[in-house]
Amino acid sequence: MTLSIDAQVATMPMAKALNAGLRQAMAENDKVLLMGEDIGKLGGVFRITEGLQAEFGEGRVLDTPLAESGIIGTAIGLAMRGYRPVCEIQFDGFIYPGFNQITSQLAKLTNRNEGSMQMPVVIRVPYGGHIGAIEHHQESPEAYFAHTAGLRSVSPSTPNDAYWMIQEAIASNDPVMFFEPKSRYWPKGEVDLSGSAASLHASRVVRTGTDATVVAHGAMVSVLLAAAELAAAEGISLEVVDLRSISPIDYTPILESVRKTGRLVVAQEAPGNVSVGSEIAATVAERAFYSLEAPVLRVSGFDVPFPPAKLEALYLPDADRILEAVDRALAY
Amino acid sequence: MAETETTSLTPPVQVLAADGTFSPTASAEPYLPYLEALSDSDHEQFYRDMVTARAFDTEAANLQRQGQLALWPPCHGQEGAQVGSGRAARSQDHIFPSYREHAVGLIRGVDLLGIIEVMRGTTHSGWDVADPRNGNFRPYTLVIGAQALHATGYAMGVKFDGATATGNPETDEAVMVYFGDGATSQGDVNEAMIFAASYQTPQVFFLQNNHWAISVPVTTQSRTPLFERARGFGLPAVQVDGNDVLASYAVSAKHLTDARSGGGPQLIEALTYRIGAHTTSDDPTKYRTQDVTDSWIAKDPIVRFEAYLRNKGASEEFFTGVIADAKDFTADIRARTHAIEDPDLSFMFDSVYSEDHPVMTEQREWLSAYERNMAGGAA
Ligand SMILES: Cc1ncc(C[n+]2csc(CCOP(=O)(O)OP(=O)(O)O)c2C)c(N)n1
Ligand SMILES: [Mg+2]
Repeated sequence: MTLSIDAQVATMPMAKALNAGLRQAMAENDKVLLMGEDIGKLGGVFRITEGLQAEFGEGRVLDTPLAESGIIGTAIGLAMRGYRPVCEIQFDGFIYPGFNQITSQLAKLTNRNEGSMQMPVVIRVPYGGHIGAIEHHQESPEAYFAHTAGLRSVSPSTPNDAYWMIQEAIASNDPVMFFEPKSRYWPKGEVDLSGSAASLHASRVVRTGTDATVVAHGAMVSVLLAAAELAAAEGISLEVVDLRSISPIDYTPILESVRKTGRLVVAQEAPGNVSVGSEIAATVAERAFYSLEAPVLRVSGFDVPFPPAKLEALYLPDADRILEAVDRALAY
Repeated sequence: MAETETTSLTPPVQVLAADGTFSPTASAEPYLPYLEALSDSDHEQFYRDMVTARAFDTEAANLQRQGQLALWPPCHGQEGAQVGSGRAARSQDHIFPSYREHAVGLIRGVDLLGIIEVMRGTTHSGWDVADPRNGNFRPYTLVIGAQALHATGYAMGVKFDGATATGNPETDEAVMVYFGDGATSQGDVNEAMIFAASYQTPQVFFLQNNHWAISVPVTTQSRTPLFERARGFGLPAVQVDGNDVLASYAVSAKHLTDARSGGGPQLIEALTYRIGAHTTSDDPTKYRTQDVTDSWIAKDPIVRFEAYLRNKGASEEFFTGVIADAKDFTADIRARTHAIEDPDLSFMFDSVYSEDHPVMTEQREWLSAYERNMAGGAA
């Protein structure tokens, strides 16, 4: 992909959009550092940081030792010193060695220091299934972090959002868990390079409809859009909301939509038990009870460890599973 | 029963014998120039620091027993290691403590009432590291070993900033992190040494081996002397008699100087002993015998240094003056402890994020309204 200087809108995959967003943030502020395993020479196993070490030097793009707690713990120290580290976790399932530093330190330091210290650290996590990989490479761990006060958690679903949201995440003075739907790294989309960022935490209606509302984040948004196409062919009109942010969740568009449609289906790759979808279901029940014509339904991964890849198509919600839930909601 | 000592072939660096006479070990040789630079008033300051910290520590434990504090982790017995290392740091250095470094906090200028507030439960931090009066002494970290990585990351930043190894001892910065023998088993401490070695950080790892991690003896953490492990990471490392304040000072001064002047990360293991309980919630009679504790009481860092100062001719007025000042110090702490007020309910919502946050705003308002209604209902 080449970009001419005056290109306003470029077509590129999310992987390139993230790379461009990172490059932009690094060019604007020399306190922005990238840290992670294999992110320098190799450009990361997904090539998200490709070319950035060559461009900005080894002092800005650090091939760290292989230790997630070490990466996040030293990023915290660097943030104390005035840097803005962006850490890459190689795969979703490898974030757990860093869990202690994220939840007990990174999330709490601003609060512990009564606001006198900021923690502008971004943790990029390629996450989710659909890539046919072995164990630990297809998980959706976002609920652990959405549950943790002091963290912000977001997930883009399009190249344009990826480009803008990574820059906003880096500009945030709070720690941001940045969940990248790795199955969406390669499909191309338009990126408006001259545009401006929507609020990092705003959810957004991405398709309007009247019969039921469907909500998701990350890769599942494209599944919802496919389901909405299929439903339309059957004369069912679905309104699709892209959460974009899972902590905090922007409920305004969701509640407005539910007040209109009276029905809500929440979809996610993660197991449903104590999940982001559960939280949305509970909140909508609390705040829009009299607008609901049917119970809020969740379509999730099952409450099992992510299965071997040959079973992932059965585990991950697809458009048919979404439509099955929509039918149940409409039957009330 | 597990032994409580790991043994090394080389004896620890020591300059004061147990009776306070100046008789450096051969291993102390490279460190002696740092002692020659000390004046009598420096010596007196070391003594004053140790006595003040001990008095404060004793007073805080009393306040805990009187119900003023939820908990107290005493530093009793470790004052030599803490004052020696704390005084060796320069004002531009950065200190990452664990939770027992009360004497270091005192030296760095922190109002020790802040530690009291943490242990009372009115704050999680007690002092603001951004305030220059607090001497770059960071708030305590309670998760064992976590601060070692923060220190290493910070030291990476110091190096990236070019704020060290310029050849100017007045401004070159170093980082010192404190942790215990139990903490050496944590992954974070080991990862910190790995990152420190990779990035050659300007940093001293200061390990206080007080022989216990609550009820577990150091031999359960390690069968090799702990400082020898650091060499496996590529860090120069030394073991020092932590109850010898002069040896602790000299060793810390040299390794901080080395770290500041481009020598990379260093590790110091200070052999000392936790004379008191782990905290006021602990009962050491369940896991250790008094005779071993007594043998360490005989090596008390304050008694030893007092003997040294008396041999050198310090006056009786000096000692009585220090004790009187320490009494005033603790009386002031006691009075101010009784005056500490509880935080307002909004405190818990105020700084979870760096800016206004919808969930915080909503929950703060809800709780305020709820409390107002409950108060109204009761009236
Ligand atoms: C990660 C973690 N695990 C357990 C504890 C509970 N704990 C508090 S202090 C302590 C012992 C620490 O021993 P050491 O590192 O030798 O320090 P010392 O208390 O002797 O100063 C333990 C197990 C903790 N604070 N953090
Ligand atoms: Mg210990």
